[in-house]
Amino acid sequence: MCLAVPGRIVEVRTVADIPMGTVDFDGIRKEVCLAYLPEAAVGDYTIVHVGFAISLVDEASAMETLAMFRELGVLDGELEGAAPAEPGSAAPAVDP
Amino acid sequence: MKYLDEFTDPEVAARLFAEIARATTRHWSIMEICGGQTHAIIRHGIDQLLPEEIELIHGPGCPVCVTPVGMIDKALEIARQAEVIFCSFGDMLRVPGTCGDLLQVRGEGGDVRIVYSPLDAVRLAEEHPDKQVVFFAIGFETTAPANAMAVHQAHRLGIANFSVLVSHVLVPPAIEAILASPANRVDAFLAAGHVCSVMGTWQYAPLVGRHRVPIVVTGFEPLDVLEGIRRAVGQLEGGRAELDNAYPRVVSDGGNVAAQRMIDDVFEVCDRRWRGIGEIPASGWRLSAAYRGFDAESRFDVSAIDAPESSHCRSGEILQGLLRPNQCPAFGTECTPRTPLGATMVSSEGACAAYYHYRRLEPPARDGARVG
Ligand code: SF4
Repeated sequence: MCLAVPGRIVEVRTVADIPMGTVDFDGIRKEVCLAYLPEAAVGDYTIVHVGFAISLVDEASAMETLAMFRELGVLDGELEGAAPAEPGSAAPAVDP
Repeated sequence: MKYLDEFTDPEVAARLFAEIARATTRHWSIMEICGGQTHAIIRHGIDQLLPEEIELIHGPGCPVCVTPVGMIDKALEIARQAEVIFCSFGDMLRVPGTCGDLLQVRGEGGDVRIVYSPLDAVRLAEEHPDKQVVFFAIGFETTAPANAMAVHQAHRLGIANFSVLVSHVLVPPAIEAILASPANRVDAFLAAGHVCSVMGTWQYAPLVGRHRVPIVVTGFEPLDVLEGIRRAVGQLEGGRAELDNAYPRVVSDGGNVAAQRMIDDVFEVCDRRWRGIGEIPASGWRLSAAYRGFDAESRFDVSAIDAPESSHCRSGEILQGLLRPNQCPAFGTECTPRTPLGATMVSSEGACAAYYHYRRLEPPARDGARVG
């Protein structure tokens, strides 16, 4: 859980007064809180830790890190229990 | 043996290894703080490809590994209660307490759930007003902004059936404790890049000054780790002790100010016990007075629960760099990732698990000669 995973912001919205967004991690899309990166915009790459964007990062190094996590096989573990990002999805936020 | 072609850019890796070898004239011990870095080092065999004189010590930078047994016992006690939905990050579920783990509580009918974001736990509390939803708020400075936001949101929305079991720990006091120990063997530190992306680098300058120790803020890719080591060796060989940022593409001096502000609002500094290491003054965060109503320890009256550490597990020595995982008598026999005796074997970022996973089963002769 101490890893932070880079991904690309594909949508920005406000939920319960908090800036939220959808981030694409190598094809897996998750809902992410953008409250600590209010300047983040669609198309930016960001480093995400436990569902929160903590800093911006350039595309090249985001790609490199994602490739490493995929190779290490830790990507799914880091995103474990994450809510799918489809708007309006009724899927539970947690595993049963 | 590991090979250079496993690096994303073998040429850059070869150049960095060569530069480190050229610069090195004597033995240096360098501690990487973060478990993610440990994982990258063992996976890529960086320690085996470095000159013999450079020894990497795996530090206490895995929050799962340093959460004390007593805190796990408190979690188990709360999770067993009928009206509770207990939420945690996935890797805490198999960390052994005195009697079992959270997975076992779930097996016995307890409602224990894995969440990805602490905001998911707040949402659960909203959806289940008849239940008490408790979130196990562990982590270093990287995780604190997320956990703080969950408490802040629950407060703002008036969600009274939400609470947090807080076990937050801080990196700089841990570095201070390691340096102050008479057994200290660390000559330089690689600080954890993602902790610094939240907190900035300014917290480390006083440590560098007080202890004359090089601290290099370092990332997680194998090449980042190598670059951190190269800069640390350069300082050590040059007789310098400076704060250096080898991860500027993610880390700024000031860090994420909005996140720091939220942390300051929701948490306050406290003493904390670290699993295997013991109490470190001012090394953690607890809820500040304004948010104390969300404290699960008082809500469920578990503050008095305490527990001694397992006498079998040597993880305390491992977290301080005094022992290597494969030198623990239980390593790979009594203690495996399926039957962990200590948290360093549970978490994928724990040093014992990394050694086990990458089949560092035998204590290498050169390590045996140099450690202990
Ligand atoms: S191998 Fe197991 S018993 Fe030994 S230190 Fe590691 S976690 Fe503890």
